[in-house]
Amino acid sequence: MAAPRVLVLRAPGTNCDEETAHAFVQAGAEAERVHVNRLIDNPLLKDRYQILCLPGGFSYGDDIAAGRILAARLRNHLGDLVNSFVHGNGDRLVLGICNGMQVLMRLGVLTESVSAAGDSEPATLTWNNHGRFEDRWVHLGVDTENNANCVFLNGISHMYLPMAHAEGKFVAKDQPVLDELKQSGRLCLRYVADQQSTISDDIQDFPINPNGADANVAGVCDPSGRVFGLMPHPERHIDATQHPYWTRRKEQPEAGDGLAMFQNAVQWFE
Amino acid sequence: MPLWQIDIYPAESEIDREGERTREEIHELGLSDAASVVFAKSFLIQGELDQSQVENVAQRLLADSVTERTVVGQAGSVQLSTAPSSAKAGVQLVNVLPKPGVMDPVAASTIGAARDLGFDVDAVRTMRKYWISGVDDDTFDSICRRALSNDSIEQVVAGPLEMEQLDVGAAYDFSLTRVPIRSLSDDELETLSREGQLYLTLVEMQNIRDHFVKLDRDPTDIELESVAQTWSEHCSHKTLAGRIHYRGVGADGSPGTDERQYDNMLKETIFAATQSIRKQLEDQDWCVSVFKDNAGVVTFDDQFHACFKVETHNHPSALEPYGGANTGIGGVIRDPMGTGLGAKPVCNTDVFCFAPPDTPADSLPPGVLHPRRVIKGVVAGVRDYGNRMGIPTVNGAVYFDKRYLGNPLVYAGNVGMIPVGMEEKEVKPGDLIVSLGGRTGRDGIHGATFSSAELTSESESLSGGAVQIGNAITEKMVLDVLIQARDRGLYNAVTDCGAGGFSSAVGEMGEELGAEVWLEKAPLKYDGLSYTEIWISEAQERMVLAVPRENWEQLEALCDSEGVEAAILGEFKPTGNLHLTYHGQTVGELSMEFLHDGRPPVIRDAVYDPPAQQPLELPQSADAQQQQETVLAILSSLNVASKHWVIRQYDHEVQGGSVVKPLVGPLCDGPSDAAVVKPLLTSKRGLVISCGMNPHYGDFDTYHMAASAIDEAMRNAVAVGADPSKIAILDNFCWGYTDRPETLGSLVRAAIACQDMAIALGTPFISGKDSLNNEFSYMDASDEKQTISIPPSLLISAMGQIDDVATAVTMDAKEVGNAVILIGKTKDELGGSHYCLVNDQQGGQVPTVDTDLAKATFAAVHECISAGLIRSCHDLSEGGLAIAATEMAMAGGLGISLDLQAAEPTADDQLGDLTMLFSESNSRFLAEVQPEAVQSVLQIFQQKGVPAAQVGTIAEDRQVQVLRGQRELLNLSTDAAKAAWQKPLDW
Repeated sequence: MAAPRVLVLRAPGTNCDEETAHAFVQAGAEAERVHVNRLIDNPLLKDRYQILCLPGGFSYGDDIAAGRILAARLRNHLGDLVNSFVHGNGDRLVLGICNGMQVLMRLGVLTESVSAAGDSEPATLTWNNHGRFEDRWVHLGVDTENNANCVFLNGISHMYLPMAHAEGKFVAKDQPVLDELKQSGRLCLRYVADQQSTISDDIQDFPINPNGADANVAGVCDPSGRVFGLMPHPERHIDATQHPYWTRRKEQPEAGDGLAMFQNAVQWFE
Repeated sequence: MPLWQIDIYPAESEIDREGERTREEIHELGLSDAASVVFAKSFLIQGELDQSQVENVAQRLLADSVTERTVVGQAGSVQLSTAPSSAKAGVQLVNVLPKPGVMDPVAASTIGAARDLGFDVDAVRTMRKYWISGVDDDTFDSICRRALSNDSIEQVVAGPLEMEQLDVGAAYDFSLTRVPIRSLSDDELETLSREGQLYLTLVEMQNIRDHFVKLDRDPTDIELESVAQTWSEHCSHKTLAGRIHYRGVGADGSPGTDERQYDNMLKETIFAATQSIRKQLEDQDWCVSVFKDNAGVVTFDDQFHACFKVETHNHPSALEPYGGANTGIGGVIRDPMGTGLGAKPVCNTDVFCFAPPDTPADSLPPGVLHPRRVIKGVVAGVRDYGNRMGIPTVNGAVYFDKRYLGNPLVYAGNVGMIPVGMEEKEVKPGDLIVSLGGRTGRDGIHGATFSSAELTSESESLSGGAVQIGNAITEKMVLDVLIQARDRGLYNAVTDCGAGGFSSAVGEMGEELGAEVWLEKAPLKYDGLSYTEIWISEAQERMVLAVPRENWEQLEALCDSEGVEAAILGEFKPTGNLHLTYHGQTVGELSMEFLHDGRPPVIRDAVYDPPAQQPLELPQSADAQQQQETVLAILSSLNVASKHWVIRQYDHEVQGGSVVKPLVGPLCDGPSDAAVVKPLLTSKRGLVISCGMNPHYGDFDTYHMAASAIDEAMRNAVAVGADPSKIAILDNFCWGYTDRPETLGSLVRAAIACQDMAIALGTPFISGKDSLNNEFSYMDASDEKQTISIPPSLLISAMGQIDDVATAVTMDAKEVGNAVILIGKTKDELGGSHYCLVNDQQGGQVPTVDTDLAKATFAAVHECISAGLIRSCHDLSEGGLAIAATEMAMAGGLGISLDLQAAEPTADDQLGDLTMLFSESNSRFLAEVQPEAVQSVLQIFQQKGVPAAQVGTIAEDRQVQVLRGQRELLNLSTDAAKAAWQKPLDW
């Protein structure tokens, strides 16, 4: 099959679109950066693409709350487009990174099929515990037990990636919601202490868990495993020299930890 | 139209983070230890909406159903002024909201998003709501003023908010104002200059009067304003580019014997040095465009040039730290965007100078914000703009001195990449004048405070044009379309709207041709602006383009497609005149020649006589214990202490080009010397960004201060792998009141040092900027006028290059058993050192630069790094050898052991232990080398005539041990060192 085509969505304030497109290209995909207004003008453009990627940044300034306005705009104008990637024939992928994950959370697609009491959303992303933006490298462990099926994490057990956000703390409405998501393997990416650590549900101290997220959650996927959102930035660890202490290594690996996620996406179409 | 209010509180399960933060702030400012605070963020929404629609807006758009709860009502209704259950008894309510006209990005976005959802919203304003208890009325009052709000941009309403309408400006009635200048006496001219906020000198005012006498008419207000903007210090740098008669200390130290006469001081020193370097380089000249565009441009590779600009935004940051720093970084990003046909920004740098954060609150002069508030506000301002623009902030520094109390310094820099062939621009006759981006408002004319009558005339004139809040997303959107328009060749020239607004931007672009401007065409934020206000408004996030008529439709369509506003403001015409009209009526007509060349030269005297050198009395004997205390004191001094609290708030990795980060080592917590950035995703070539500054040395001699700053910037860049033969530098002079000959003299002497150093090192200045008159005056308790002048503050910013980023080196110690080599000559230079600073000692010789040795040292270090012979490298600066060695060890999580006997051949004869440990002699490095490479490395240094010796090894034990023969000079655990270093600014 030909290389999958990626729609890297741009909106006012998106700012990781170029390096995210570059990461997909490195992994063997074709990537195009498309402005949300262009899609609203011409929704049929969606048919060109097999992967929808919402990259990082500050969509609409993250004014009000991170990802809120872009999510409202997508829901209002591009519900069909979102639906065709999230559901459709089940033959497409969706990846949200950082601000993209925030948008996917606001859209409810990552917590789909789980419901909370009252009319509340089942979960959200809110302010880091210390209340400010933080740029820091974090160790991430992949859930390999609860029948996790996230396409993007296939074959990966650990990654070392930077996080760079202010509103990335995953909070579930209540314990039943958290348990349900966990048991179905949807809380598939967690902050861990180091390369050797396995994932844990007990909230780890700062800076291991940099924002205080419930169950140390760094990434969540939908029931099918095709729709995935994560707060850390895999596109910022594609080259060996992006690693924060690569100068300590005598031999450099061919690529950074993040590339495998993009390669998984491409390989899913093979 | 009803006015609704939505209050958003944290849900009961959540911490009231903002309330807690505010409580801490009140405590830190020494206002109260007993206050408790409950916080809500509020939205005031004006529109044809009913209760259920407003609740819908609250739920669908404004609040989070998991972590927040809302209270909704019409403004003034009782549920909004009912204290939440979490508030304590005796609670008082205070509302803080932006003054009308102040940029409120969240409100602007909310209007757009609510309308997009189909709600009929007319106007929105955001507000912060605090419920405060546990304090008496006086304390409550000072909390409101000093912790919760800033009078220059915000209004405080204590008690329930009673507001019926969000005002949105009133219609403007045109009337042309003429200023009868021809009949004015000298006294009257001075009054007009002062009261009209023109800030021109008498001679300049006389020139204007004579010009209009010749024209046989009086000027209009807009003409006078145009001249004042163009001739302002900010736009024309008339002092430093003016005539100066300088008398300084001669080479032999005798006062007054170095006499120099300048017609244009900057041109004849710093710029002349660049010209001479370029000439020497001949066809190897790598400067592309220097000292003429908005940023300096140098070659990078076959496809791109790199450009760099650093600006200051000091006075605005003193008044409103967040907004001042926010618009400072926003402004400097527009410089590369407005260079040539437009560069794409790839990284930011930020350097700040503050008063110490532990300054007692009750010692502050009136009108001065507490340094803690200044620091937090400035860092947040840079963070919010840089991060939103998606530009990594990769390098910076923070300096502390109590003389920055009323006048902090905020330097902001930006590096951009511009395609080869797009570095020049030329406006063509008939090109349309097009404004792009933000709308024009009154913000930036008489400050954001225009509608408030409470302000005194003094504070209004102070904040006039100064206090603004930026909207980074507008600028990001402008950048996105600008680069696309550039690559499609849609315009012939571009520049940014900075100081002076359209007046400066159009005036500059039309200088060679002439321009006709239709002022009513400018898109406005609200009604009521006069033609003059439109012309001189410094509203943010605007660029001006020269667009061929046939390209307008394409440009307009491109802008439309991304929601960016573009408007035709006029036309460039080959008339030699600046012609301003408002709805067809001429409101101003000036010749470009008078505007740009009519200013009489400023003539000043400058004298410099450095204070006589005082002997430094060092203790006869010091033991390892005392040295250990000194090392810990230096590490925990504010200048040296870890800046991780600042660094981690900046996204330093967006765009994916980060190679050497600001924090290095296995725990990502060591202080990097410089940043390495790979600006192009598909190339291995890198940029190296560093800086140098040391205001303490200026108290000794500004010549050596400047030379040391250049040396520091260079060695920082070289330490990570930059090629010293291709480093471009920038100067930023921040000085006191230069009408005083001694103050100007200290600046001229620094400029002479810049000239000498640049030529000797072959390191050209490519751009620069000055900010003069950085002083703060106030009346003290006994009604005497007191003035605090900042110390001479020269920032040198460096942009180097590295062929392959994979050869970059970091400063963290790498491997046990590796050799440690000390490079460069140690001299008895403790004057102005951090040793003296922490021990409160005066006197001594300030560090000097041996330029020949410096050049040879940089070349030799680079040769070793390029050959892969160096595992880690750190420059010696504040605290000298002892601090550099400690930093290397602690960053690497290892130990280091040194024997200074081995260092003696690299030092002046018979230096004492303290001097060996703490001297801040320039051009020195510590390098870690694998045992098998030591001989090759030493040989390279020997061949270049550079002192170098193996002085120790990397050890496993996380101890810094320094011996001199049998004597132990220092023994310190790196864990203790790291704790001392991290603690002071771990906020």
